[in-house]
Amino acid sequence: MTTIGALSAALRARKVSSVELTREALSRVKSAQRTLNAFITIDEQGALDAARAADAALARGDGGALTGIPIAHKDVLMTAGLRTTCASRMLERFVAPYDAHVVARLREAGTVLVGKTNMDEFAMGSSTENSHFGPARNPWNTECVAGGSSGGSAVAVAAGLVPACTGTDTGGSIRQPAALSGICGLKPTYGLCSRYGLIAFASSLDTPGPLAHDALDCAFMLNAMAGHDARDSTSLARPAVDYVQALRANAGARPLVGLRIGLPSEYFGDGVDGEVAAAVDAALAELRKLGAVTVDIALPAVKYSVPVYYVIAPAEASSNLSRFDGVRYGHRAERYADLADMYKKTRAEGFGPEVKRRILVGTYVLSHGYYDAYYLKAQQVRRLIADDFQRAYGRCDVIAGPTTPTAAFCIGDKADDPVQMYLNDIFTVAANLTGMPAMSIPCGTTTGGLPIGLQLQANHFAEARLLQVAHRFQQVTDWHLRAPPARSKTTVADSHEAARATQP
Amino acid sequence: MSFSLDDVARLARLARIDIDADAANDVRAKLDAIFALIDALQAIDTAGIEPMAHAQNVTLPLREDIVTEGDERARYQQQAPAVAAGLYLVPRVIE
Repeated sequence: MTTIGALSAALRARKVSSVELTREALSRVKSAQRTLNAFITIDEQGALDAARAADAALARGDGGALTGIPIAHKDVLMTAGLRTTCASRMLERFVAPYDAHVVARLREAGTVLVGKTNMDEFAMGSSTENSHFGPARNPWNTECVAGGSSGGSAVAVAAGLVPACTGTDTGGSIRQPAALSGICGLKPTYGLCSRYGLIAFASSLDTPGPLAHDALDCAFMLNAMAGHDARDSTSLARPAVDYVQALRANAGARPLVGLRIGLPSEYFGDGVDGEVAAAVDAALAELRKLGAVTVDIALPAVKYSVPVYYVIAPAEASSNLSRFDGVRYGHRAERYADLADMYKKTRAEGFGPEVKRRILVGTYVLSHGYYDAYYLKAQQVRRLIADDFQRAYGRCDVIAGPTTPTAAFCIGDKADDPVQMYLNDIFTVAANLTGMPAMSIPCGTTTGGLPIGLQLQANHFAEARLLQVAHRFQQVTDWHLRAPPARSKTTVADSHEAARATQP
Repeated sequence: MSFSLDDVARLARLARIDIDADAANDVRAKLDAIFALIDALQAIDTAGIEPMAHAQNVTLPLREDIVTEGDERARYQQQAPAVAAGLYLVPRVIE
């Protein structure tokens, strides 16, 4: 495993150049594309230009921790001059006219953008099967889903293509693919990272965040991504936190003494696969060894978080996606009778089935006569859920449980059953409804060799605490260091590909 | 909540999405299943609960009323399916 921390040290010691790292990353990305389908767009020229600029900065001695590090962005984030599709036919040929705030911040930090990662169309899904460009495949077992919606980003990190990626999380879209692909994913507090240039799905829930191998790498990424941006009215002006520094302190053999971990009975019930539950229990035992204590808590309203989410998110989506009408950008139908027909045919052709379903659900719950019964009701229950968490944080500092009820499932298994797919979100949506930070870290594997994720949640702006707990856990365990078998296959494929490429 | 094909047609019209007759029944069945999940909310007593529209309890900030963006029309219109003389073109609406 090659982390940002290791690569950054090698770059600054001039043991390797960013151009070399970038060429290697591009080669891996290209040769893994057939088996994993992690990328939608690869920007070879842009990446090499950025790598040369990074090498120049490093030669001048003014590079930061991320200078010269190859990364990739989820294809829902706008990248100036580069195709940004949201994995939708609607935006198949759309070239972003400007950078998303987090994209600009990561450019300024010196990262090298190698391409845009695969995802569920408009970030709607939990498996990356709803991509116009085909599903991303799990490197631990390519018959399995990688999770979603930031599945391509999770695969790119898990398969060792790039050390870190951005993702976005509206109902678990960073944490679920991180869990199912055996890496770390952090959904920050709503408002910590700007949504400017994040193509909107559900504006009150959408949150950009990092996916990486370990907590320290998530901290490197978050240091660059967090910060106030006046162009997003929900971006919050807060004193900057150095998340990397927060992990540096030496805290001795029992660094988690004083930490109270809340265990909600609702997260440890019948719906959780036995192997997942056992891995989470083992992780909790490790955390206790580090000094933490566990306390039983209750989140009685959290069982309603999936239905609440599947009212609020589609409602916001139906409004946000009304902008895709074939007039100003994106797909326009070739044949139509009049303006209304152009809208209807453009949207019928441009959107995939799940996006259409959510627009229809959202249209219904916002329509005359149903608003109070559904949308207003969901907002009221959202308040009950948030109140549960606030009460719980009076008794504990973090809340732990499984990220997903099961490990990765097979591609196609749930593709025709939206409700089964929605229930994958059972443990993740509450953090979006409450706006609180949450992360998934690897904590085990099934007997079939598929990764299992531990979810850690905390109160607003407690990212440093989450990262500290994850970091301490990773200092005494090695789940985050394990590489999928497909990574070695990728390496073999790499060398074949490279051999072919160098033949005259 | 149980949807009829007429309900699906009405929603399709409101959402400006063509749904052909072959697909309508599948859409109807899936909406039924999704609303069976959502309808669990109806059992909860929410009398007097203030709706929560936003994750943070903050007031939206106001900025100075000054121009901060330049004229990007030409650049943005490069993405448009049809433009002329700086205007977006749509099918004729008024005969």
